[in-house]
Amino acid sequence: MYVLTMLQLLEPTPMNHSEHPAEHIAHSADKAAFLRQISQFLESGNMLSEPEAMRPYECDGMAAYQVLPWLVVLPETIEQAQGVLQLCHQYGVPVVARGAGTGLSGGALPVANGVLLSLAKFTRILKIDPGNRSACVQPGVPNLAVSEAAAPFGLYYAPDPSSQIACTIGGNVAENSGGVHCLKYGLTVHNLLALKILTIDGELISLGGAGLDSAGYDLPAVLTGSEGLLGVIVEVTLKLLPLPETVSTLLAVFAGIEQAGEAVTAIIGAGLLPAGLEMMDNLAIRAAEAFVHAGYPVEAAALVLCEMDGMAVQVAADLARAQAILLANGATEVRQAQSEAGRKKFWAGRKAAFPAVGRLSPDYYCMDGTIPRKRLAEVLRGIAALSEEFGLAVANVFHAGDGNLHPLILYDANQPGELARAEEFGGKILQLCVASGGTITGEHGVGMEKINQMCVQFSGAELRQFHALKAAFDPRGLLNPGKAIPSLPRCAEFGALHVHHGHAPHPGLDRF
Amino acid sequence: MIESGGDASSLLREHVLAAIAGKIPVNIIGSGSKTFYGRPAQGEPLEVAQHHGVISYEPTELVITARCGTRLADIEAVLADRGQMLAFEPPYFGPDATLGGVVATGLSGPRRPYAGAVRDVVLGVKMLNGHGEILKFGGEVMKNVAGFDVSRLMAGALGTLGVILDISMKVSPRPEAETTLIFFMTPDAALAQMNRWAGQNLPLSAACFDGEAVRIRLSGAQTAIASVRQKLGGDALPDDEAGSFWADVREQRLGFFQDETPLWRLSLSSAAAQPDLPGAWFIDWGGALRWLKTGQPAETVFQTAHALGGHACRFRSPMGGEFQPLSVGLEKLHRNIKQAFDPHGIFNAGRLYKGW
Ligand SMILES: Cc1cc2nc3c(=O)[nH]c(=O)nc-3n(C[C@H](O)[C@H](O)[C@H](O)COP(=O)(O)OP(=O)(O)OC[C@H]3O[C@@H](n4cnc5c(N)ncnc54)[C@H](O)[C@@H]3O)c2cc1C
Repeated sequence: MYVLTMLQLLEPTPMNHSEHPAEHIAHSADKAAFLRQISQFLESGNMLSEPEAMRPYECDGMAAYQVLPWLVVLPETIEQAQGVLQLCHQYGVPVVARGAGTGLSGGALPVANGVLLSLAKFTRILKIDPGNRSACVQPGVPNLAVSEAAAPFGLYYAPDPSSQIACTIGGNVAENSGGVHCLKYGLTVHNLLALKILTIDGELISLGGAGLDSAGYDLPAVLTGSEGLLGVIVEVTLKLLPLPETVSTLLAVFAGIEQAGEAVTAIIGAGLLPAGLEMMDNLAIRAAEAFVHAGYPVEAAALVLCEMDGMAVQVAADLARAQAILLANGATEVRQAQSEAGRKKFWAGRKAAFPAVGRLSPDYYCMDGTIPRKRLAEVLRGIAALSEEFGLAVANVFHAGDGNLHPLILYDANQPGELARAEEFGGKILQLCVASGGTITGEHGVGMEKINQMCVQFSGAELRQFHALKAAFDPRGLLNPGKAIPSLPRCAEFGALHVHHGHAPHPGLDRF
Repeated sequence: MIESGGDASSLLREHVLAAIAGKIPVNIIGSGSKTFYGRPAQGEPLEVAQHHGVISYEPTELVITARCGTRLADIEAVLADRGQMLAFEPPYFGPDATLGGVVATGLSGPRRPYAGAVRDVVLGVKMLNGHGEILKFGGEVMKNVAGFDVSRLMAGALGTLGVILDISMKVSPRPEAETTLIFFMTPDAALAQMNRWAGQNLPLSAACFDGEAVRIRLSGAQTAIASVRQKLGGDALPDDEAGSFWADVREQRLGFFQDETPLWRLSLSSAAAQPDLPGAWFIDWGGALRWLKTGQPAETVFQTAHALGGHACRFRSPMGGEFQPLSVGLEKLHRNIKQAFDPHGIFNAGRLYKGW
């Protein structure tokens, strides 16, 4: 239950976020009248309007941001969800969809005058189709439950975010979530066959189909990662894969983090495709070891976990090559898990890295940037320098195979000014990612958290194009306003609208 | 390694601005190798082959970025030099096929079910929209969820949303070894068998049925392929024959495709029973792609595909191409999206659907 542990560890301190006036959707709907209309098709237990009852919904996994919604509704059927959306559309009330609320960027953060639409009651697995290797599920089904339901057929659902016991498939689609195995098996978008969505006016539309493609535009791809801005996902058809015959994991120890980075590059360069290729730095190793006793080498500057899966013969061949490459690139030791229990132990530390780091410090702030792999050493040096500059420690955990960094900034919100320093430090890390040819978010989404950094990554024309695409689905901008795509006035005030591509972001940028 | 080529983006932008100003629709053309696909586009030809060249290629990053007019053959050669490939095995349909056309048509070859489609490897695009603005979406990294995924939307949009200028794609290592096995069986048995294999731990990289025999391709380590051969039996095709067979499937050079009868492409669930439509069939993608030669009316084929949860397209025919009609809700979304990117209706009007 490390998800809960982690959420508890996040001290709920209000951070420096705010709704921008240009992103505010005003309406004058009367709450009592609105509730009366909803109650015609929704049971009273499924609509919450008292502050105490709504408290659990005031934040998501980015617990430092909190807003109480106007109303919370928990429909149980597509028809009920349609009814809610039709009412919101009629009265111009904003709607924020919510799955399990494990998102780390405040995507499911309520809007103060809006409806929080929880999909938590859509928990049915509608069909496991072993012949076509697919699963059709409702959006509130937890990620792991899909693999559990598929297991009797020798199948599983590949994307495995660390939050998989709790996070929902609807949330996964809305965030295009990845996991430690996405290097080989892809992100949510690569494992998705079809969707049913409700548009803001309550219309039910099917996207994708039974085959591997569909007529017209690739709308499943557009919906994936759209953070609840385009439609409410009410049904998802996922691709299932045969469970691998063999899974084997190596743990390589390095005395220098740059060598570890080079070893990762060498593995990919050699044409190997590990199922997982993860890396942790010394602080993360020590934290994880103290927390779960995985047997990690606490003196190591870095460790790399390299997992191969598939046919036994193929895995044996790949492991031998990977081992040789790790040693040739400076690994001081390469361990191979000798049993399934041993393999799980290798992973236990990595998977518990967030809560483990949480034990070192009253608060921490999890970042999520992606960079070209070859810039890893350089970016790490940059992060270390920033850590000195801001006087805040940082533990680094990476999906190294695909260049996705999760620096965890340690701070204490009770120390005056530390929170603001942590935020500024985080902002600098993201700018470093963009300057290195990367992006401000690999898998956690923009949400509310990185809305300002979007102004760094995209030009005004690009943002306008995003807004036009949103308007194609939601002309009045009622779905999740103020998230994911910043308004132009916000960017103008943030002072970071970058106009020319290929240039490093605004060097004079010092606000956040 | 990096060929400078020609950056014609400013020139293309001027053309587009002029088209907008004069309200003259343009028909975007790479080499014209796939003009048969889809409906005829209206408008003045806008030649984009002049915008060509590989911009960057980092084998250890598994990423290549190239301009839309770059010849597919050149890209595949550059990749092959470093032991890499485009995993979706793109069809050429002409010697000068360009990368832009590959992405815009969204067509993938036999490896698609096992290694993903064009849209799965597109990481980023630079494009010209219907305001004549040059925009960049996505990037050169594997994971990127900043903003809507406009890059993937461009794949298969047939140029109706703008001119794709530059494309970044994920590339894959070439397998160490490949073998093709052949098994003779009936159509029903073939579908069942291909799906059974797909549900097992096998290094499949292609599976098709030509009416008489299933051919499967295995890719991976030498040792793995040897062990699978032992397990499955079947006869192995000589390597050169296997290579040209899959190229002929991809390029539609097999005897099956040499015919004047309209050729239909049906995209169905891989295990769906053979549709009840008269005509000759060729099954690819382990069952997920069915090619049909038939003289049946379009409505009949569309209805049949729809009833099976899939879709159909008249792929090659003297009558021209035609895509599966969209539901009312989908059609509205499509028109809105078109409007969002191309408000003046400049790009490839009518290529995807009549009227826009
Ligand atoms: C400990 C921990 C570990 C994590 N590890 C990973 C990881 O390894 N990889 C990774 O990618 N992420 C990870 N995450 C982030 C998070 O779990 C994912 O983003 C997840 O997909 C969110 O799912 P959710 O159901 O909790 O969505 P929520 O947080 O409820 O919502 C996320 C976003 O999706 C929208 N949304 C939710 N449901 C719908 C719907 N049905 N229709 C439309 N929009 C909807 C919301 O409006 C919001 O914008 C982790 C989080 C935690 C707390």
